[in-house]
Amino acid sequence: MFFTYLRRELRRRRKAALVVASGLALGIALVIVVSSVSSGMEQAQGKVLQSLYGLGTDMTVTKAAAPAEDGSGQTEGRPRFRFDATDGEDSDAGGKEQSSDRVMVQGFQTLSASTVSKVGGQSGVADAVGGLSLQVMKVNGRFERGAFEQAPGSAGGRAQPPGGGGGSDQQGGRVRGGGADFDVDSYSVYGTDVGKLDLGPLTSSKISKGRTFTGSEADAKVAVADASYAEEKKLSVGDTVTISGTKIKVVGIATPDSGDAAADLYLPLKRAQTLADSKNKITTVYVKAADSQRIDAVKSAIQKNVSGTTVTTSADLADTVSGSLSTASDLASSVGKWLSVAVLVAAFLVAGLLTSSAVSRRVREFGTLKALGWKSGRVTRQVIGEAVVNGLVGGVLGIAAGLGGAYAVTAISPTLTAELGSAGGQPGGGTGGGPGGGGPGGALRESASKALDISLTAPVSVTAIALAVGLAVTGGLVAGAFGALRASRLRPADALRRVE
Amino acid sequence: MYQLKGVTKQYRRGKEAVDALAGVDLVIGDGDRLVIQGPTGGGKSTLLQMLGGLDRPTSGTVELDGVDLASLPEARLTKVRAESIGFVFQSFNLIPTLSARENVETALVPLGMRAADRRERAAEALASVGLGERRSHLPAELSGGQQQRVAIARALVKRPKVLLADEPTGNLDESMRDEIMELLEGLWKEHGLTFVMVTHDSAIARKAPRLATIERGQIKVTERAER
Ligand SMILES: Nc1ncnc2c1ncn2[C@@H]1O[C@H](COP(=O)(O)OP(=O)(O)OP(=O)(O)O)[C@@H](O)[C@H]1O
Ligand SMILES: [Mg+2]
Repeated sequence: MFFTYLRRELRRRRKAALVVASGLALGIALVIVVSSVSSGMEQAQGKVLQSLYGLGTDMTVTKAAAPAEDGSGQTEGRPRFRFDATDGEDSDAGGKEQSSDRVMVQGFQTLSASTVSKVGGQSGVADAVGGLSLQVMKVNGRFERGAFEQAPGSAGGRAQPPGGGGGSDQQGGRVRGGGADFDVDSYSVYGTDVGKLDLGPLTSSKISKGRTFTGSEADAKVAVADASYAEEKKLSVGDTVTISGTKIKVVGIATPDSGDAAADLYLPLKRAQTLADSKNKITTVYVKAADSQRIDAVKSAIQKNVSGTTVTTSADLADTVSGSLSTASDLASSVGKWLSVAVLVAAFLVAGLLTSSAVSRRVREFGTLKALGWKSGRVTRQVIGEAVVNGLVGGVLGIAAGLGGAYAVTAISPTLTAELGSAGGQPGGGTGGGPGGGGPGGALRESASKALDISLTAPVSVTAIALAVGLAVTGGLVAGAFGALRASRLRPADALRRVE
Repeated sequence: MYQLKGVTKQYRRGKEAVDALAGVDLVIGDGDRLVIQGPTGGGKSTLLQMLGGLDRPTSGTVELDGVDLASLPEARLTKVRAESIGFVFQSFNLIPTLSARENVETALVPLGMRAADRRERAAEALASVGLGERRSHLPAELSGGQQQRVAIARALVKRPKVLLADEPTGNLDESMRDEIMELLEGLWKEHGLTFVMVTHDSAIARKAPRLATIERGQIKVTERAER
């Protein structure tokens, strides 16, 4: 009888049931959309972090930033280019083409390679690998000798000016077109430990052509090029690039999983150290923790036991994410969550009050059932049953609407920008650029902080659906409780009440 | 057998108190038929509620076969209502969303009967009130007289000991009144029920062998020689 009665009530009082259900549906749909959008945000943030760190890296260790610019870094760091500025013999052909590379350690802050094993020895550290980030400035070009032009009025060799007295001994002519024409090309190089290719920035890229390094290529003159850099420079597998006079063969092309690559070129660590004249130096240690729940403990252990280092966890890094992604993410986590809680509470209350008033309109009906000998519990069960079904109908409608909403967000996929690494946030970023911030300093700073475009998706997780179903049942039970309270107070004598 | 002693019922609404029943003593034998009449607001419905265990008196005892309904725990009182008492209301009180047969079945639900048995008994009961063909109709699809027949089938399907009817023809027009009265009388005789009926119809009252008149909570019983 329970189900027959339930079915009849729901079918024949469809409108009232639908009002209760759609109130709940609104709340549930909102919860699904908000939760899927915020998990989309999380994924986007994860992508941003992963593009910097590589897969599986829980934190990085870099040299602690110097409290003040201490000069030594400055003199070493300021790039200097020496060109043969003397006018060559072959003056007719203009300046000789000259080229010079300046390989600099990114951020100018290096750690000793022994830091890697020190960090690796800390408790809670599963694995650690060192890497060297370099910035290569390539200056290409020529000096052009100025060409002498005779003034039109004094044609015919030596002039005899009556007015005399010009300062210049090149009277009546001028030098034209002299100067320098140089290209400055800057790209990043990352020296990776070929013995441990499963950790570090290269893991966030897939080798799309060619191959990656082999364990025996510790000091080999080979490189893996980032796909977009390769495209820009028209590099393909087998080509060579020259860095500071060293010819290096491109053996593979790496395509980043998302966002930007960590470097334009990847080299074996030893080779990178040689090029940068930084033997046994690294810029960053990439650390994988044994237990991802205990990252903070590992961080403080490293900071305590390995002096002079800065430890940056993904969480620290996430804090430095700015731009529309973090704004939207803040919005989703604060406004979105409160809004959906508020709507849910309101929906629960409205559903409860509607159910309660529906019971009030059925006072005589429930009184009659009690007069027929129905136990109070059987009557309240009926009321709760109706409310729970209303809740489930609301849940189905809400899930459908929520899936639609999340699908719409994914289909539109609004683009959010993430800016990463304000001063100090990104390993090695900022501080080394120098206060002057001239050409090279500015370029470094630019490459140290990243701006990524991430398109937002709203993946609906099974958890979100389960949450929605749970909320629907809860909503039904809350509504049912209101109704049940009302129904349980009815007496059999209410069967004789002259209501309506 | 009913045995009422010193039954009072006081309704309170704020400061005002209404004495709906003011000391009623009454005996109703098994298989008796008692007709109750009296002016409106006299206390007829209130007395019927006491007899049916729908409400408890303020004081006094309402014994049904030696069991005092006034002091019976709620669960047992519910059981008495489910098993022993059939109630017919003036306004039918059918569940509007259930069919005629399902309405009759509601009376069997508390008895814990199997669904198939319930359905069969309900169909039989409907046939016995002449509505065998209309069992799948909703109350709204039936005339007033037919609705009251369904209500009577619902009251009797459990084969109760007592049938209580509160103005069962009050909402019906004249042509249907006699039909329903005839039906009730026939069923009373057929089942050997104890039958208590409240009515405003003085024609019915005049014919009744035992007539109780309630006025301002006081009862007066008139016995008449069997015709
Ligand atoms: N639930 C209640 N609350 C307060 N007063 C009530 C209640 N039920 C009945 N009364 C009062 O008790 C008195 C008796 O009412 P009752 O319904 O028994 O009268 P009745 O004889 O059945 O009248 P009618 O012929 O109009 O049906 C009336 O004065 C009525 O107002
Ligand atoms: Mg009455």
